[in-house]
Amino acid sequence: MSDGPVRVGPGLLTRTTPLRFRFDGREYQGLAGDTLASALLSSGVRLIGRSFKYHRPRGLVTAGPEEPCALVELLGPCGLEPNRPATTLEIHDGLQALSQNRWPSLAVDLRAINGLLAPFLVAGFYYKTFMWPRSAWERLYEPAIRRAAGLGRLVPKDLSHAPAETVHAHADVLVVGSGAAGLVAARRLGDAGLRVLLLEQDVTSGGGTLLDPAWSTWRESQQRGLSPSVKVLTRTAAVGAYGHGVYAAFETLGIEESAALGGLRERLHVIRARRLVLASGALERHVAFPDNDRPGVMLAGAALAYLRRYGVAAGRRPVFFVNSDLAYEAVDAYLAANIRCLVVDPRRESLAADRARERGAEVRAGSLVTGVAGTRAVRGVRVESGGRGHWVGADALFVSGGYSPAIALASEAGTSLRWQEDICAFIAELEPGTGRIAGAARGLFGMAAAAEDGARAADAVIAELGAVPGAPPDSVQPDIERSPLTPLWDVGQPGKAFVDLQNDVTTEDVRLSAREGFEHVEHMKRYTTHTMATDQGRIGGLLGTAVLAAARGVAVAQVGQVRPRPYLQSIPFAALAGAEVGEHFKPKRRLPLNDWHEAAGATFVATGLWLRPLVYSREAGWGAVLAEARAVRSTVGVTDVSTLGKIDVQGKDAARFLDLVYANRFDNLPVGRARYGIMLREDGMLFDDGTTSRLGPAHYLVTTTTANSSAVLEHLEFQRQTVARELDVLLTDVTDEWAQFAVAGPRAREVVAAVVEELPLAATEFPFMAAAEAVVAGTRGRVFRISFSGELAYELAVPAREAERAFTAILEAGKAHGIVPYGLDALNTLRIEKGHITGAELNGNTSADDLGFARMLKREGDFIGKHLAGRPGLVSPERLQLVGVRPLDRRLRLRNGAQLVAPAAPAKSLGYITSSTPSVELEGWVGLALLSAGRARKGETLLAASPIHGEETAVEITSPHHLDPENLRVRA
Amino acid sequence: MLRIHCPWCGPRDESEFRYRGDASSERPGPGASPEEFARFTYERANPLGWHLEWWLHVGGCRQLLKVCRHTLTHEIAAVGRPGDALKVPG
Repeated sequence: MSDGPVRVGPGLLTRTTPLRFRFDGREYQGLAGDTLASALLSSGVRLIGRSFKYHRPRGLVTAGPEEPCALVELLGPCGLEPNRPATTLEIHDGLQALSQNRWPSLAVDLRAINGLLAPFLVAGFYYKTFMWPRSAWERLYEPAIRRAAGLGRLVPKDLSHAPAETVHAHADVLVVGSGAAGLVAARRLGDAGLRVLLLEQDVTSGGGTLLDPAWSTWRESQQRGLSPSVKVLTRTAAVGAYGHGVYAAFETLGIEESAALGGLRERLHVIRARRLVLASGALERHVAFPDNDRPGVMLAGAALAYLRRYGVAAGRRPVFFVNSDLAYEAVDAYLAANIRCLVVDPRRESLAADRARERGAEVRAGSLVTGVAGTRAVRGVRVESGGRGHWVGADALFVSGGYSPAIALASEAGTSLRWQEDICAFIAELEPGTGRIAGAARGLFGMAAAAEDGARAADAVIAELGAVPGAPPDSVQPDIERSPLTPLWDVGQPGKAFVDLQNDVTTEDVRLSAREGFEHVEHMKRYTTHTMATDQGRIGGLLGTAVLAAARGVAVAQVGQVRPRPYLQSIPFAALAGAEVGEHFKPKRRLPLNDWHEAAGATFVATGLWLRPLVYSREAGWGAVLAEARAVRSTVGVTDVSTLGKIDVQGKDAARFLDLVYANRFDNLPVGRARYGIMLREDGMLFDDGTTSRLGPAHYLVTTTTANSSAVLEHLEFQRQTVARELDVLLTDVTDEWAQFAVAGPRAREVVAAVVEELPLAATEFPFMAAAEAVVAGTRGRVFRISFSGELAYELAVPAREAERAFTAILEAGKAHGIVPYGLDALNTLRIEKGHITGAELNGNTSADDLGFARMLKREGDFIGKHLAGRPGLVSPERLQLVGVRPLDRRLRLRNGAQLVAPAAPAKSLGYITSSTPSVELEGWVGLALLSAGRARKGETLLAASPIHGEETAVEITSPHHLDPENLRVRA
Repeated sequence: MLRIHCPWCGPRDESEFRYRGDASSERPGPGASPEEFARFTYERANPLGWHLEWWLHVGGCRQLLKVCRHTLTHEIAAVGRPGDALKVPG
């Protein structure tokens, strides 16, 4: 008699044109609608992969996404992707897949030697063995183990376009699963006028009814009868539940849709629904017996699916090993295909066994399967009855250990589980207000039971949502009478019996875990890696629990089940990233003057989301930067400071509010004046700084640093609405509304005078820290006499839309004085020379005293941060304080991050350099540093050590104000 | 993911909000001791159960909401304005 799987008919496949595909380089044929699994099986292929740890030959175990073994690498336009279940991959012409985890080839895998070493490769082996010496772990053990371990390779090729997208969906009710229960529920919910999203992970809706010809007419009538308010998403699996009605679903596009959408392959759906109907069916369980992983050992339901759906008999001399009447559906299907069936059933009697015998099957009641012969394919099965065993010839073994409701989505959301003895499985109930579980997912097996339960669930949800139910559901033919199942977990024979086929976890590993004290199911999971593979133990999870229960001598119910994690199927990272890749990874904020900067040849730098001109040159190096800075010091320059945060503060209590959030006073600031302010956090650390101008008695404009602008706005809103909620004050973010340009340098006044109207600029009339509204380049704008560069400077603000006109006017006015635009790098050089701080110094670890602002803290009145700013730890003289540094040898450079050490004690860091630049004012480099007791060390010589550059530079400690400490220039 | 019912904007995703911490204690008055401020700044109850917390609707109306959330189930029992005295269940 011939052996092995064979196609015996078309099944439900309708198109008979053959498709050609390749597996491990060899060409095969399949039919449209075949999965890679069914197509390989129809070609007689049983060996599909090698196992994770022992490299044992493996074949198909299931016919769905729960597949633990038949994972393949897929070669597509995006490159090579690992771990795609052959059971869910639809074939198409030209598909190329590779087996994984084998070397050098699938048939001859040299690492199968691990199988011989199995006595040593027990659970915890790596932790116990590769511990010593410690240094060998990184150099030796880990690389070797990593090479040998892992499943499949990820080799990206073309990442030019995103293969995935994220979409958002809203529904009244999300129905997961389109079997009898889900279909009926969706139809009833739709008839009640509710918006329904029906998810089906398979390529077509119908679930279990697809495998039962008696239910095809009923199914088609339900599908046709769905109201237009029901949206059906096939090829879409629910993969996560996140509470508050938010769910994630993962859709794999069919080959035609994918081609029509330019290669888009996957969609991640973020679904918001008021209720969930979980009709996800049940998952068949495996049974632990020696060599229960041999290619040809398959779940009975999978054998049924391959035969009825794809017309492929997974064996021609099969043995069935089942413990429930439900599993006899597969026996019936094989008998109907004229295939002889031997059924091994641990039960003494059952109605299904009687029916099967009548139809010609041989049923060994009260028997167990205790072994499998054959390595790369099943050759025989050992059957044991009444203590006596014998071998029977077979080419396949179809197993069923019962059915567990597929409640991962429910238990992920934190639902507690309840043991139900008659089905030997846990069932769940959703939290009130969340939805309902229906059908086999609630432990109600049989089509009629599921259909009735789907209607019940729908009616409960309809009532909760206050909708009106439609006509009563169609009546259904009753399920046949079934005998109860008997628990069947571990047949208890010596030999390698797997509970987790993907991670190669055996019954003995689980027992070892219990012996070594890892008795809790979650501990056992981590000790053995049981259920930690990509399939999360869908078919063997409860089996591991049962083996653990037996080892501990307690009931399965008492041990419980490990909690599944999102995502419930392995999904590619590309699907999570969606379109947010490359340029679209994060948004970009462009300055109002962006195009001008670009045309002027600027090199841009990303600061936060902003793109800012760094220097108006495309060449690297300090040359262009220092030329820009020098122009500011000698004549005049202009720079774009529009990124600074601007918050408009208005209201009768605006002054009181600012006095609460700033450490210094603003109530006594006259209208038309600006003042530098520092803001603390409540813990007393410096939070932000900037100038605030008073534009009117009840109107201030706050400026924040670019980096902190949104954090400051949040902070101010928080304080305004809590501590200051009695105050009459409102905040408006006007950052994007205003473009602002700093005109700085000895010639700045002449330039500004040429573009500003209605404003006398003489030092007596518009002194340092003056602020006013004025006509700027013909438009209503604002002028502030503030300076970050240390030169005579003005900042001109105009509405963002007028940015280019104002900026060109400034350049035009400055032409005669040799004005140059300068970028962020030159700005940085200028401010370091002047000793002004930025984020490098205002880094969240510095206090007001550290940076020399202690005298700014107001004595009178409350303010945020006041009470903890005086803590001894924050005012200790030993703290890191802001100082200036210069190399003694003026030819040497400074490095940000270089540690400051005393020559006598070079191992002890006293502080570090925060900012440094070549100076345009002084000879050589200048820098700022945070130095322990720094202010008292002025004049000392320390070493600036940068071991990664191999540098130790002698530096003198100076005042942070490298130039013009008396502020003569800014007041000019 | 939390769905927060903003009294001003309606039900909105958590991603539109910024968590601003424990809303069960008020900032001490200006005359309070540094110890009281240290407690206000650093000490948190970390309850298993109902918790009053601040959520700032930064991606929406920029209003600060006081939210009563269950730290285990994430259930939100009430949402109010900063001055509201929310009723904490059980």
